[in-house]
Amino acid sequence: MSPQGTVTVSAGTGYNFAYLDEGTKRMIRRAILKAIAIPGYQVPFAAREMPMPYGWGTGGVQVTAAILGAADVLKVIDQGADDTTNAVSIRRFFTATAGVATTTRTAEATVIQTRHRIPEAPLTEGQVLVYQVPIPEPLRFLEPRETETRQLHALAEYGLMHVKLYEDIARHGHIATTYAYPVEVAGRYVMDPSPTPKFDNPKMDDCPALQLFGAGREKRIYAIPPYTQVRSLDFEDHPFRVQRFDRPCALCGAEGVYLDEVILDDAGGRMFVCSDTDHCETRRADGHTGEAA
Amino acid sequence: MYVAVKGGEAAIDNAHRLLAEVRRGDPAVPELTVAQIREQMRLLVDRVMTEGSLYDPDLAALALKQARGDVVEAVFLVRAYRTTLPRFGATEPLDTGGMTLARRISATFKDLPGGQVLGPTFDYTHRLVDFALEDGADPAPAAEAKPEADAAACPRVTDLLGQAGLLEPSPPDEGAPVGDLTREPVDYPADRALRLQGLARGDEGFILALGYSTQRGYGRTHPFVGEIRVGAVELEFTPEELGFPVSLGTVDLTECQMINQFHGSGAVPPQFTRGYGLVFGQGERKAMAMALVDRSLRAAELGEAVVVPAQDQEFVLAHCDSLQATGFVEHMKLPHYVDFQAELELVRRLRAEHAALAAEPVQDDPTLREAAE
Repeated sequence: MSPQGTVTVSAGTGYNFAYLDEGTKRMIRRAILKAIAIPGYQVPFAAREMPMPYGWGTGGVQVTAAILGAADVLKVIDQGADDTTNAVSIRRFFTATAGVATTTRTAEATVIQTRHRIPEAPLTEGQVLVYQVPIPEPLRFLEPRETETRQLHALAEYGLMHVKLYEDIARHGHIATTYAYPVEVAGRYVMDPSPTPKFDNPKMDDCPALQLFGAGREKRIYAIPPYTQVRSLDFEDHPFRVQRFDRPCALCGAEGVYLDEVILDDAGGRMFVCSDTDHCETRRADGHTGEAA
Repeated sequence: MYVAVKGGEAAIDNAHRLLAEVRRGDPAVPELTVAQIREQMRLLVDRVMTEGSLYDPDLAALALKQARGDVVEAVFLVRAYRTTLPRFGATEPLDTGGMTLARRISATFKDLPGGQVLGPTFDYTHRLVDFALEDGADPAPAAEAKPEADAAACPRVTDLLGQAGLLEPSPPDEGAPVGDLTREPVDYPADRALRLQGLARGDEGFILALGYSTQRGYGRTHPFVGEIRVGAVELEFTPEELGFPVSLGTVDLTECQMINQFHGSGAVPPQFTRGYGLVFGQGERKAMAMALVDRSLRAAELGEAVVVPAQDQEFVLAHCDSLQATGFVEHMKLPHYVDFQAELELVRRLRAEHAALAAEPVQDDPTLREAAE
């Protein structure tokens, strides 16, 4: 976020800077401020109809549009990659409507909009990570009614969720939730981290960057302020664990990162490569190589 | 070596260029004009205006052309345009009693002041394909009648019934501001005005199916079509600096007043209750279905048990919007590599454990079994 938030007209597009009108941006900023003040609480906001489909990042796009300033440097990723089609489409949208600088380098970005991943490189103070959220309500698949789930949050009544996790253990011997793994924020609200793999959950804890979550279709915004405690739900005898890959990235040799599985042929040939393309490219530029490089 | 399979800007550009070419179709066939769509695909244009929540026949026709005739895609274009338009106020409530009628029918009275006016309708046509249309022969001129613009000459059926106290009165207009679900997130329970907004914008197919379900036992409401009227209504707006209403023109509307049986309660004598439907242009199917669902959604207010989908406002309002539904259903074609990878890893681990367990001799561990039960 830059202090030059007063820039309004975007040259040549016929639309306001970053598409949304200033009144709408103010409305969204008020919701963001409330969300920051109550970490993990879902703030209803009057999501607008955007020129891209619901479920394709309209919530994240509105949050980004509301916080973007002319001096910002924007990075957009989907599945950890800058070159996936929807990431390309959203980056182009902001290039066209706001004319801001864009980057694929995590370290250079001031605002990072993401779908399904948190970058591998640690985020820093002053950066904002904007998540695209499909279903903001962590209790939705346990209780479909909004009137009920709001009450459960108000009463901090999260027994349903603990029972669900317990039943997983009873049935499978593990908690069988691998992504959108529920977290408790600042010791109060249970929150859906969006469908990031649980591998990324620890990165949310005590993170120096501001984390904002936008759900357009469901009209909700929530936030994790910098340096906030984020705990993945678990049990004493079944502590939270992240996925582990039993091999390094085939291109850059990185270990302890999230990998994409790429099918090479129809004879069972596979390779595993970094899901975070910037991380992989940076490592290769630094001279790291994997077995396939 | 690993070949990058991920998207890329060139691929997107090429896909869109191909779309433009396919949209045009065979260049030997003359291109459709927006005016042709507006005039000859009028019911489609009406539907796009209704679900797009914007009365602009030319824009809706253009959207249909751009969308290759895909209704939801055209609604999407109209909505995304509408969201950028400034709001400068709300009009005066429409007086549908003063409608210049193109059509007006009642299923509850054989005859009534103003009469039954069939107007342009598919009703009573035989659905035989008219091969003469292939050559585009001009139709015979329609019979003429004098338009009835006088509200007193053609009062709404619900007003006639209301005079006798047989029909519940409409809630009085207290001048309270009406909510706008495009400007405020819906807070459940939503009031009737907001529910009607949601239904009016809702997908015709979805609302139709829900209305149909109430006729098949899922929340029976004993409905009668009090009246359907189709025609033009004057739109009036009071600018703050003037202080009196001025006419902005007319809009074409279809209004359906459904009348439903109600047995009364301790406080209220037996009387008929209302279900209401209103859409842009001519859209009787949607207006009727909307009226059925509106009445169903009043279950809680009228002391009826809420047990079926059409009575459940969270179910209806959260799922009736075609844009929200199509966006979320179709987003499944976006990449989900990382989540699928997480699931793959889990299933592989579970399968490995399953295989190991099957290979081991059976050991009866009572503590384990208890946890599992």
